[in-house]
Amino acid sequence: MAEAAASAAVHHEAPQGFIRKYIFSYDHKIIGIQYYLLALVAVFVGMGLSLFMRLRLAWPNAELPFGVGVMTPETYLALMTMHGTLMVFFVLTTAPQGGFGNYFLPIQIGAADMAFPFLNMLSFWVTFLALLVMLAAFFVTGGAPISGWTAYPPLSAVGEVAGPGLGTGQTLWIVSLAIFCGGALMSALNFIATTLDMRAKGMSLMRMPLTVWTWFVTAILGLLAFAVLLAGGVLLILDRTAGTSFFIPGGLVISEQILSHKGGSPLLWQHLFWFFGHPEVYIAILPGMGVTSQILSTFARKPIFGYRAMVYAILGIGFLGFFVWGHHMFISGMSPYSAIAFSVLTMAIGVPSAIKTFNWLGTLWGGSIRFTTPMLYAIGFVSLFVTGGLTGIFLGQPALDLYFHDTYFVVGHFHMIMGVAAIFGIFAATYYWFPKMFGRMMNDTMGKVHFCFTFIGVYAIFMPMHFLGMAGHPRRYPDTTSVDFLAALDPVHLFITIAAIITISAQFLFLINLLWSYFRGAKADINPWHSTTLEWTVSSPPPHDNFGGKEPIVYRGAYEYGKPDAPEDYVMQTAPD
Amino acid sequence: MAAAGIDQAGASMWGGGASPYAISSKKLGMWLFIVSDALTFGTLLIAYSYVRVASEDWPTPFHFWPSIIVASIMTFCLLSSSITMVMAVAAAKEGKVSSAVRWIWFTILAGVLFLILHANEWRQLIHEGMRPFENPWGAPLFGGTFFALTGLHMLHVTIGVIVLGIMAAGFKKGRYPADYVEISGLYWHFVDLVWMFIFPLVYLLSVDMG
Repeated sequence: MAEAAASAAVHHEAPQGFIRKYIFSYDHKIIGIQYYLLALVAVFVGMGLSLFMRLRLAWPNAELPFGVGVMTPETYLALMTMHGTLMVFFVLTTAPQGGFGNYFLPIQIGAADMAFPFLNMLSFWVTFLALLVMLAAFFVTGGAPISGWTAYPPLSAVGEVAGPGLGTGQTLWIVSLAIFCGGALMSALNFIATTLDMRAKGMSLMRMPLTVWTWFVTAILGLLAFAVLLAGGVLLILDRTAGTSFFIPGGLVISEQILSHKGGSPLLWQHLFWFFGHPEVYIAILPGMGVTSQILSTFARKPIFGYRAMVYAILGIGFLGFFVWGHHMFISGMSPYSAIAFSVLTMAIGVPSAIKTFNWLGTLWGGSIRFTTPMLYAIGFVSLFVTGGLTGIFLGQPALDLYFHDTYFVVGHFHMIMGVAAIFGIFAATYYWFPKMFGRMMNDTMGKVHFCFTFIGVYAIFMPMHFLGMAGHPRRYPDTTSVDFLAALDPVHLFITIAAIITISAQFLFLINLLWSYFRGAKADINPWHSTTLEWTVSSPPPHDNFGGKEPIVYRGAYEYGKPDAPEDYVMQTAPD
Repeated sequence: MAAAGIDQAGASMWGGGASPYAISSKKLGMWLFIVSDALTFGTLLIAYSYVRVASEDWPTPFHFWPSIIVASIMTFCLLSSSITMVMAVAAAKEGKVSSAVRWIWFTILAGVLFLILHANEWRQLIHEGMRPFENPWGAPLFGGTFFALTGLHMLHVTIGVIVLGIMAAGFKKGRYPADYVEISGLYWHFVDLVWMFIFPLVYLLSVDMG
């Protein structure tokens, strides 16, 4: 009886009418596209904000367009806060997992839909609501909050007295995140249940594509991490609206006013936030690792090197990610002994990360590589992952972090690994799966030009930031002209800003390619890349319940390329022995 | 076309979701929710411990009568409701619909009794001057942690009572399978379990021994 109910949930009929089909759809494919579009909007807004910040850093006294004028430091901080928040939550958490995970996880395991289609729809619309609430912070009195994406109290907790945007804007910010947590938790629960319960016959765990493994582990991280952020968020909301002082110590004097709060601890927020915040980094990057594995194997025409080691590395990274949050707090006054413990665990993450990197190189070694656009982005991912990962080893040392903390070195580091590497994963996935999603190929030439500008561009933007940091340049400073010792570094800022303008302009090429290919791209057949996984056995785009009412049977692992005795050089997962 | 399509691959008709771990997706989903929710409550309990340890004048205002006696009765209500829930699940599995529905109603009754006693306790504490941001006895966060923890728990019990009400009605009409009763039972036991942490940590540790 329970089984009948479970399959009834899966078997929902193809909906009729625009609203049920495209707006409040239960279909995981439509929901995946909705998530992707949401992230696309958020990424362009977030990128626009960063452009304004760069303009201010290069030309502090310039009159900026759109009514900004000469940008005040407070406006700069507001843009910075919203840039970080939009990018981390609404792009890096949303596109790889909610977008591609939603679209391809069920197909890759041979399921007709997610385990809970209604919950899936709900999680998207909850996320959408969170985005609206977040964007509303721009339009209230005082504007957007200025406390950064980490919202450290007391600044984020004490209210308007500490600065513009810390009134209604900050309240909207934290309410939006609490809503977002709800959506993320529903989505994570759905992904885990789907992966465990909905796999087709023969799709054992060790036959799953690595993309499925990374979405699965990402979902586990999300289920555990967002639950903690939710609780922390509730406490911050209480501090802001009910007058409690969970995060506010006694005796604070702000703007010549003595606050009535007492008894709380700002460190408590840092612990709660980073217990979420570090796994969040892996939530952003893990799906990119899965996509990279999939694409490198496909276009090198070789099985992925060390499949099992890759799986264990994914699990290892996910597991260790929960025990390293303290490395964000080395200078918070924590005991040096706990700093050493956090540091050792942080270094330990280098082991599974290196396993993944060497396995990617091993996959490329001796392969007959096809340099398609998705392949270029996957290789770019490996490059950025190594660059950003190595600087992480610097920051994970308490002694070095005393110096590097809150400098541009940190900005360079996390943009390389969490920002751009994850974005490259999204680009790779877009170019790779677009033909399956929309039935048309993306333009390869435009894609390659886009890659060249973006790849060189991001290095030109973020590499010099490491040097700024080493020179002692603090992050979050809106202008450098009023600080003497930074004056000599101004040319570097100018260079970064020009690189950013060029790189940002190149992103419109991607947008144009998306639109052009959607309407005019060459028709894609079922399996244009000669890949082996299940989504390439169905039409492009796949029918409503993915496999036309049938259940595929899986006979082998996901990466059987370069088979000498096969008629083609690859064997589909569904091909019987 | 080289791609081995499903037609060639010996595909069978789709039969709905498989259950390799002999557990339905919905039950698994509830377990996952419980894991996640346990972390949310765990975070609040850790925050409570953190600010309590960090405060010099953490108050212990609860008297044996009425606070602890009443809280013990509330604990008794919840514990009994777990027993009645077990009876409901057992009856539902055996197909005894009216018996299962009766046990669910007993569970709801115990839950509502808990909520009434709890709400009355809140009323009295507020009357005595306890607020989220101040109280007459000491560290102001005492009220904040108390209201946050018990408030979130009360919300969970309230949702549980509503869900069980829907379950009782739906199961009676045959709209829901026995599995659903068990799944709502999982939730109910979890909410009870959370109280077994709140009762000693928030109530018993706040008794006025003097």
